[in-house]
Amino acid sequence: MTDSAGLKRTPLHDVHVALGAKMVPFAGYEMPVQFADGVLKEHLWTRENAGLFDVSHMGQAFLNSRLPLGTDEAHKDVAAAIETLVPGEISKLKKGAMRYSVLLNEDGGILDDLMITRPLRDDAQGRLFLVVNAACKEQDFALLRETLSGRAELEICDAHSKFAGARALIALQGPKAAAALETIAPGVATQAFMSMAPNEWKGAYLIVSRCGYTGEDGFEISIREESAADFARALLTHPDVKPIGLGARDSLRLEAGLCLYGHDLDQTTSPVEGNISFVLGKRRREEGGFPGADRILKEAARGPKRLRVGLQPEGRAPAREGAEIQSLDGEKIGVVTSGGFGPTMNAPVAMGYIDAAHAKTGTRVHLIVRDKPLAASVADMPFVPHRYYRG
Amino acid sequence: MKKYTEDHEWVLLEGDMATIGISEHAAGQLGDVVFVELPAVGAKFKQKAEMAVVESVKAASDVYAPVSGEIVAVNQAIVDDPAKVNADPEGASWFVKIKLSNKAELEKLMDAVAYKKLIA
Repeated sequence: MTDSAGLKRTPLHDVHVALGAKMVPFAGYEMPVQFADGVLKEHLWTRENAGLFDVSHMGQAFLNSRLPLGTDEAHKDVAAAIETLVPGEISKLKKGAMRYSVLLNEDGGILDDLMITRPLRDDAQGRLFLVVNAACKEQDFALLRETLSGRAELEICDAHSKFAGARALIALQGPKAAAALETIAPGVATQAFMSMAPNEWKGAYLIVSRCGYTGEDGFEISIREESAADFARALLTHPDVKPIGLGARDSLRLEAGLCLYGHDLDQTTSPVEGNISFVLGKRRREEGGFPGADRILKEAARGPKRLRVGLQPEGRAPAREGAEIQSLDGEKIGVVTSGGFGPTMNAPVAMGYIDAAHAKTGTRVHLIVRDKPLAASVADMPFVPHRYYRG
Repeated sequence: MKKYTEDHEWVLLEGDMATIGISEHAAGQLGDVVFVELPAVGAKFKQKAEMAVVESVKAASDVYAPVSGEIVAVNQAIVDDPAKVNADPEGASWFVKIKLSNKAELEKLMDAVAYKKLIA
């Protein structure tokens, strides 16, 4: 659906508006930036209870092997295809397991970050479920289609999709997310972290992934668009669940030390520079065979020139995206890529790229805010410890 | 009488001194205020010059001097506890008091009725 300004609407649009959301344009969509409680309270609520986020603007698709589905061979085949574009170990993913990964360009820069999931069901082997960023989805899907043409078929979860249909994506995040979701989708409470399992709600097929982008335990639930609003309303009747906007989503992921594509990662940053070297699979480090492998493996071995680090300003003033990082003697050594106020930290937090020579934790630096140097130090991330479900 | 600027500051004149803050509308738009930076007492500003900074979780905003003059007092309470700005933006959570250098500047500012129309 599209409004008068040409912005697309998600299936939860009416739910947001009824809840008093402040809607803003984001990646071509009209999205809730905050609800009546405001960013600060929404952030804290998610860390203590459970927050419901509409992430339906993100791109969902299945990448399908050309081999008959339902065999390990079909999985290996489609995994080999996507491994030509990502540096992760996809082939050895267990059934129902998911990986955070990145699409790479020939220079080893990051085109997007994404989730890649191997389905649990035997009859779905040979499919990979992909979730990509809203702002990148058209380019990502075009790249996958072009590059893997003849090797694998991309089925975007939109109105043209026969298998999966047009799908919404709802994240439920926070320490009480599992108990709340369990009341309407039994079985999720014991689902492993970074796993996906099918579930059902009132006849609607759910793809439930135990993952998220807040640093808390939580889930992302993919559901057909026509059932999404009712499903969200059902979750919101639970007293521990409140709707949360993009504002708090950003402050939550920042405290969790997680990258926002287009800010903390882009086409010039490699996974090693981005401090997400864990996306490089062990076998892939040995064999290469992904775009930009020369640069990336060289950086992995010898260290990158610059590195994404956490930055902890002293005092209360936040340093925001674009602020220059200087050494104490005034030399430019980097730039802040995300920054703001961390409500759980009750302090400003930031991250940015800094010359490797200055990247050691505890290094004192200046962040240039309103033309004045703000004292800060290089800090370990996450700022707020992750609290993922470990069984 | 309280006057307002297009940048959502308010000014309350008492003699040749004015108390200055941000409007309730501005505080609402900003959301939860987490940081306030005020000028030093004795600093002089021209009308519309950047005078203070107020930051919410979301963004930083400049506060402009609604009138020219010299800062004679600042409200340390909102620096120590920025959330107070949201609680009472047009009362206890004033930002600065300024000694006016040109009272005529006030005449061009909006009264409450005109400001209400602006933000409607």
